[in-house]
Amino acid sequence: MYRNIGQIMILFWQTVLVLPLVWRQRRKVSEQLFEIGNASLLMVCILALFIGGVLALQTGPVLVERGISSVLGGMIGLSMCKELAPVMMAILIAGRIGSAMAAEIGSMRVYEEIDALLTLNIDPVKYLVLPRMVAIALALPTLVMFAIPVGWIGGALVCDFNQKIGVGFDSYFQDLRQVVEVGDVFNGLFKSFVFALAIGIISCHQGLTTRGGPRGIGRSVTKAVVNSIVLILILDYFLTRFLLYVQK
Amino acid sequence: MSEDISHHENVTVEVRDLRKSFGGQEVLKGISFKVNPGEVFVIMGRSGSGKSVLLKHIVGLLRPDSGDILIDGQSIEEPGVRDKYRMAMVFQSSALLTSLSVGENVGLYLAEHQLKPPSEIASIVARTLETVGLKGLENRSPGELSGGMQKRVGIARALVVEPQLILFDEPTSELDPLISVTIAEEILKLKNHTHATSIVVTHDRDLAVAIADRVAMISEGRIIFIGTAEEIERSADPRIQQFIHAALTRPKTH
Repeated sequence: MYRNIGQIMILFWQTVLVLPLVWRQRRKVSEQLFEIGNASLLMVCILALFIGGVLALQTGPVLVERGISSVLGGMIGLSMCKELAPVMMAILIAGRIGSAMAAEIGSMRVYEEIDALLTLNIDPVKYLVLPRMVAIALALPTLVMFAIPVGWIGGALVCDFNQKIGVGFDSYFQDLRQVVEVGDVFNGLFKSFVFALAIGIISCHQGLTTRGGPRGIGRSVTKAVVNSIVLILILDYFLTRFLLYVQK
Repeated sequence: MSEDISHHENVTVEVRDLRKSFGGQEVLKGISFKVNPGEVFVIMGRSGSGKSVLLKHIVGLLRPDSGDILIDGQSIEEPGVRDKYRMAMVFQSSALLTSLSVGENVGLYLAEHQLKPPSEIASIVARTLETVGLKGLENRSPGELSGGMQKRVGIARALVVEPQLILFDEPTSELDPLISVTIAEEILKLKNHTHATSIVVTHDRDLAVAIADRVAMISEGRIIFIGTAEEIERSADPRIQQFIHAALTRPKTH
């Protein structure tokens, strides 16, 4: 385990070192961006819509009972932008894109494509890892920017149409506007940026260290997704503490 | 192209007492030999004898436990030496990048190192593909090609590097005899045109006889013979005789 952590940190540092060469890899970055955005945007919107809806459904009746239904907009607004959108979207992207990265790089490792790159003096970090890292670091916060307002709308729809809640659009968004600040949205975007780096580096590392044929590729994919999700949740706690400290 | 890159057209390769173990099992047990500039040096041996591992050491994909590999007298372990020479390897599995087209695979070295403008790369790719008999297949995906064609794309990709040292790992495995002849012709053509030093790993006796300037026989991680193709045919060593004259015969039925 410690060896893997060390390898991941070295790979991350190697990626940082080749970052100035990213312009040369712009075609691959845009291909990856299209892959991530195209594969995930619709799913992200559907997921966010229902997360916002469920949040309203679970909390709405309780708050109405206690006569504080006016805080619903602010509560759902903050929950979505600071916590649920970045975390849930990161988990979705770990499943969809992290697995694809690990599988693609893993099969390149198993079928000697990476060895072929090395014999041509092409650095796999520059050629494979860098474009994927840059693409996911740009794409995940962008997807979260879509997820946040869609989640708010999901919450608003349930608040308005659910008879047990009955909070209208106007009062919902009025409260949301009073409570949620631009800084809160940036808070969520910053978290998603860090999660994206975690997913990217873990998935690329798993791919590059794949051994042993198709079964090895399967193992790498599973490890990439599970390790990414675990790390997202651990990082979420520490990032939240850090951001609360910074915002004081 | 880096200005440090050597402009000698061919290189000397020397392997000195190379040893390598995997999981406690010694695969290479002190391999030593020297390949002369422009020579086609064939390494023969049974499957699992350590031939491919040896080749991966020479190209720098594996590092030895002990021993050394010298190119023009300089150890490839020394910083910058590996990058100083143009090397290429043709893999047993072809190892083409499946996410790229045939043309992109062939031009990968030039494009990634930004050695030529795209239009010039396209014409070099077209010319090189024509050399290996695959004219006009630039836009095809590697998956659409047969094993033999993929192997020739692998050779084309190596040719584009204008290598001073080229390594072939089982170039005729899984190919029918007619394509094997074509591959042998390509290797000889490469020798005559580029004068590159070639190291070929194979268990194909016919290929070795057809192309080799010298042949080395490897058995259980050790070199047991180095000489010309004629000399190996005349060797009295029973291990060599058994390998050279091995042939399938129908079991007798009663």
